[in-house]
Amino acid sequence: MVWKEILIRYGELSTKGKNKMDFVRRLRQNIRYSCADLPPLTIRTEHDRMFIAIDSEEMKEELVKRLPHVFGIQSFSPVASCEKDMEQMKMLAKYVLKQYEDTTYTFKVEVKRTDKKFPLQSHAIQREIGGTVLSTYQNLKVQMRKPALELRIEVRLDAVYMMAEVIQGAGGMPIGSNGRSLLMLSGGIDSPVAGYLMMKRGVRIDAIHFFSPPYTSENSLEKVRDLAKELTKFGANVRLHIIPFTEIQLKIKEEVPENISMTTTRRMMMRVADKVREEISALAIVTGESLGQVASQTLDSLTAINAVTTTPILRPLISYDKLEIIDIAERIGTYETSIRPYEDCCTIFTPANPKTKPKLDKVEHFEEKTDYETLINRAVTNREIHVYPEKQKEDKFASLL
Amino acid sequence: MCKILTRDDFKVIYLDNSATTRPYQDVLNAFVTINEQYYANPASIHEKGVEANQLLTRAREQIGEVLHTKGEHIIFTSGGTESNNLAIFGLTEQHQHIGKHIITTAIEHPSVLNPIAKLAEQGYEVTYLAVNKEGQISLKALQQALRKDTVLVSIMHVNNEMGAIQPIQAIARLVKTQSRAFLHVDAIQSFGKLPISFQDGMDVMTVSGHKIHALKGTGILAFANRPLLVPQLLGGGQEHGLRSGTVAVAQNVVLAKAMRIAKREQAMNEMKYRKYQHQLMEVLGCFQDVQMISTKQCAPHIITFSIKELRGEIIINALQKEGVIASTSSACSSKQQTESHVLQALKVDTAYRKGVVRLSLGSLLTDEEIQQACHKIKQVIASLKGE
Repeated sequence: MVWKEILIRYGELSTKGKNKMDFVRRLRQNIRYSCADLPPLTIRTEHDRMFIAIDSEEMKEELVKRLPHVFGIQSFSPVASCEKDMEQMKMLAKYVLKQYEDTTYTFKVEVKRTDKKFPLQSHAIQREIGGTVLSTYQNLKVQMRKPALELRIEVRLDAVYMMAEVIQGAGGMPIGSNGRSLLMLSGGIDSPVAGYLMMKRGVRIDAIHFFSPPYTSENSLEKVRDLAKELTKFGANVRLHIIPFTEIQLKIKEEVPENISMTTTRRMMMRVADKVREEISALAIVTGESLGQVASQTLDSLTAINAVTTTPILRPLISYDKLEIIDIAERIGTYETSIRPYEDCCTIFTPANPKTKPKLDKVEHFEEKTDYETLINRAVTNREIHVYPEKQKEDKFASLL
Repeated sequence: MCKILTRDDFKVIYLDNSATTRPYQDVLNAFVTINEQYYANPASIHEKGVEANQLLTRAREQIGEVLHTKGEHIIFTSGGTESNNLAIFGLTEQHQHIGKHIITTAIEHPSVLNPIAKLAEQGYEVTYLAVNKEGQISLKALQQALRKDTVLVSIMHVNNEMGAIQPIQAIARLVKTQSRAFLHVDAIQSFGKLPISFQDGMDVMTVSGHKIHALKGTGILAFANRPLLVPQLLGGGQEHGLRSGTVAVAQNVVLAKAMRIAKREQAMNEMKYRKYQHQLMEVLGCFQDVQMISTKQCAPHIITFSIKELRGEIIINALQKEGVIASTSSACSSKQQTESHVLQALKVDTAYRKGVVRLSLGSLLTDEEIQQACHKIKQVIASLKGE
């Protein structure tokens, strides 16, 4: 076993003064959380970095797969270790650099000698190791200033530690360090991306979805559940609130002229969401709206919809192009799920030509006829709440697969 | 007088596992359960359909994991032949813009050679790579054959008639660095016997169910990346529109099960087969007129040999009388009277071309059975050759 630990460098945290301890604690919790199904981790925290001990090759691979998703990590490196013996150190250096043997790299060796009793001095170690490595890997070229690859060697009291690979983290801030918000999750491409971007800024997410059986199918619900599940891989659990919306939607279809029904529908969704937000004591509502993308996302429509609440509505995608959003969705792995072709409650009953500039007074006039408050309360009370990741429930398929 | 058959008369030592295998009992049980409980059409939108689809998706993901790709990149088919046909016709048609040159080897299975021969009739140019006595292609020849307009390279991992192994990793490196071609690997004989997955660098891979103790009529065409090819079966648009036809949930789920087991036990079985291969080869080595066609460098589970101036059929029948089930070079071609193209490619001495026997091992075999088989093979050959 040569890999001993993983060194984690914090991102933006380093500049956060007094709150830093809190952030570090959250990050540590989130790392533990995203590895909850593995044996418990041993994590050691230092001033500006963190170490996770590893005890097997599989564990290293698993962590290398998972850590890039955890927000608050700027980068991390697997650290290998061997005894304080020059021959072993040479072998380890070659081993650590093996993955770079295929392409040309500029390279240097950096040595830190904490153990002053070690017979060789830093620059002698540097020269010896550098010589061995360069004769083995002809593709490496020495460059002392800003090399592409740096082999760091630390001779500590207990052993020698080496690392070379620097793996990029997700950046951002640890989830939970910026409060909780409610994400409106439709099942399309945009809303999971909006959720992801807010999580990246440290916001803990609850998701709300409007379900209109029989007009929307089990499949569409399944898809939203899968999306909520996918959001959990960024290192936090996600609660999903499923609102029975059929009654309200049918009422709107009956009472409101077709061309503004869409605006009213959105306003009702917003009111339901705001109620749920209050119940779960979240501070803001997050949507995947992007300006001008569809009729409900023009500035006029957004204003008319927004008028039902004073709660801050965060729209992280407001200035993004569709293609930029798709890029992110593909990168974070929600795209494939989002494009499953099932109707959601936004696409059923869509009028042929919805108003892009709805008048607020007109919309309010038509809404006055119905007591939506009762319907909304009922929908909120009857909601289903799911928590992801799901507790390992009995897998009914396990014996078949 | 009629001889009364007892149970023991049916107990045979089955050494024809490369033709097909006996399904695992677990596979059969799961198959029945799924047909009882999850019989709905996975494309249906009702609850039962969604449930069946969930199960199917899990199977897909499990296969993805086994092969180091994504579940979405798996297309379920009716078996190896369909998978190979789909890969060859589908990829060449989809990527016509790259060119009309195909590279394959002289010892592929007919389900690869025949589709390619058909493409050759339609104007494709085909390079057939020759093999040496061990059945291996030369990487240098491959490198020279690769061209700017090469659209497909189709090379089997393990040969079905004598077990030669092709160096897939090295082949993939060449194909990927020196051409725009897609690399299709027929892994029907190798999956579960040798380590093989998309980590080896191919683009597309065929695996068949019934060679690994799942059911006949099942197989997959798996992709390293998102599948992109022209479908050859048109209809309801199942399997991302790439292979229409109601998806056989139960068959495919048990395929996933068998693949999981095969992968889990691969290393153990490989060692076991090596031991058996060694024992069998030692017995066969005793005879002057026996020529080994498989070598020790071949896959561990296929032992092909030939007896001078004898017909394979006679040896098979004689072995069968002793309760040892084997076959001539391959089950697919054994009923045809023509000489095997693989033996021709290997330049086997003509005196030995008719007397070919293939012993192929499977995971259900025991040490005891192999010892018995060794003993009986020795007897049979000795009596046939009058030694």
